[in-house]
Amino acid sequence: MWGCVPAIRAISLALAAWLFTGLAAGAETPPGRVVSINLCTDQLAMMLAAPGQLVSVSYLARDPMSSAMVADAAAYPPNRGLAEDVFLLQPDLVVAGAWTTPATAAMLERLGVRVERFGIAATPEEITGQIRRMGALLGRDPEAEAMANRFLDDVARLAASAAAAPRGRAATYHANGFTSGTGELSDLILSLAGYRNIADEIGLSTGGHLPLETLVLAVPDLVVTGERFPGVSRSEDVMGHPSLDHLAARAETDAGWVCGLPHILSAVEGLRE
Amino acid sequence: MTARSGLFPGLAALCVLLFFGSLLIGPAGIGPGAALSALFAGGDDPLALVMREIRLPRALLGLLTGASLGLAGAAMQGYLRNPLAEPGLIGVSGSASLGAVIAIHTGLAGAFTLALPLAALLGAAVAVLLILILAGPRGGSITLILAGIAISALAGALTSLVLNLSPNPFAAGEIIFWMMGSLADRSFTHLWIALPFVLIGAGLIATTARVLDALTLGEDAAAAMGLGLAQARLALVFGVAASVGAVTAVAGVIGFVGLVVPHLLRRAVGGRPSALLPASALGGAAMVLSADIAVRVILPHEDLKLGVLTAIVGAPLFLHLIFRTRRETAV
Repeated sequence: MWGCVPAIRAISLALAAWLFTGLAAGAETPPGRVVSINLCTDQLAMMLAAPGQLVSVSYLARDPMSSAMVADAAAYPPNRGLAEDVFLLQPDLVVAGAWTTPATAAMLERLGVRVERFGIAATPEEITGQIRRMGALLGRDPEAEAMANRFLDDVARLAASAAAAPRGRAATYHANGFTSGTGELSDLILSLAGYRNIADEIGLSTGGHLPLETLVLAVPDLVVTGERFPGVSRSEDVMGHPSLDHLAARAETDAGWVCGLPHILSAVEGLRE
Repeated sequence: MTARSGLFPGLAALCVLLFFGSLLIGPAGIGPGAALSALFAGGDDPLALVMREIRLPRALLGLLTGASLGLAGAAMQGYLRNPLAEPGLIGVSGSASLGAVIAIHTGLAGAFTLALPLAALLGAAVAVLLILILAGPRGGSITLILAGIAISALAGALTSLVLNLSPNPFAAGEIIFWMMGSLADRSFTHLWIALPFVLIGAGLIATTARVLDALTLGEDAAAAMGLGLAQARLALVFGVAASVGAVTAVAGVIGFVGLVVPHLLRRAVGGRPSALLPASALGGAAMVLSADIAVRVILPHEDLKLGVLTAIVGAPLFLHLIFRTRRETAV
């Protein structure tokens, strides 16, 4: 799931791969046994696959902390994303994250399985690019096209209403005091909800460690903290520091913030409420 | 011999200076005037929040942590008559850490607040008892250090195990905090958790002052003077456990403070353990406050761990002391 957290971007790579597979897939018969081993490709595939076409998704798709499609995922046998258990499912296509499991993907390719890697999507164009690419891979182009267009319409509508009624400045503040920079997925969610990310004005446009006192002195209108994981950690303590209580309105991220999917729209709705 | 005149006022002045330094230095560059007026005037503006809720507890915790560690180091060295007995080196802080980690990750600390310092105290007490049993007043430096290595290693391994077993993805990354210590972004909650235990610990250690002085003449002499050795040992165990346990529970393991500070101050107090106790408390506070200022000056935007700096200062001194001890035993 960490691969979905926008950290490194590979727009050109994703785009090139999309163009390539888009051309190649057109002529082939769609794959009959597809396995997904990445949280974000899990959800893309579940939305687009024909009945019976997708045979397994990663176990993370069932984790309500990270997955926006827990109920759908219950219908698919989960995999742990290890080459061994994936190979035994006899897939003719494996969809994987570009950054999370390079060793597994390489091993599967060595075993003769076709692997398609998806990078990180953080802009509306990248998100629709991935939707269309997944549609092409699965032989479901019309469905993908419809989903992409619906998404772009929703984004345009939200962007217009955000521009009409700006809500102020917001900061994301995660475990260990990390904040997300401009151009990342959370930045897109904030802007569609009418907020301006303060990362730029405090000199952290690429994101990174935001000292608590810098955050307090920036006086944002909204502080979005990460959802707390089970168990306890000192890293997450800082999100509950008393100085934040007096500071600004608070919101928490949820599974909608994790992957570049149409589900970000529900995260946007959550912020607007 | 008595303490050099001016030692205590000088140390106290140094602590005050460093305390204000700690309040005035931080990643957000705030002018000293604005910072102090925000601190004293209060109010709800962000500047006052930063000063009162972020920097003040941090500076106070630095003071408290350093004083506890310096005091505990001086007390253990006085009792064991060995300059190498330092809470961090002999596994007392590590065991306190283990206690704290167990309390946090079993949910005990969440269920009732005192569970955290109590568990750390218990961990530290077990380690102190083990050290006293293994090294004892008659044990040599080698036994002490070997016992310390074993206890530290075990405590460190078990701490890592507990953190690795946690379902929380961030927990494993915190192994470094528990082993190197940090005061970053701690709040008053942490100060209130530690303070009572530190005060009780200091009180217990203070009651051992006369015994520590008498022990410089040997155990028999101390017993002949009619001082309760058994009672003093008990007070020492729980005094050290309470002060080290409480600060470790909120700040992690900060090593070498209890080694460096008594070493530097021993001559200035004329080698008297009872005078070394308060001097080391002040000196320890000054050392941790300086280290905590340094971590913010060196890498203002990262959470550089305190223990990194105290080890850079302390480890060479530790080697020097081992070398000297070896030469003395060889003669």
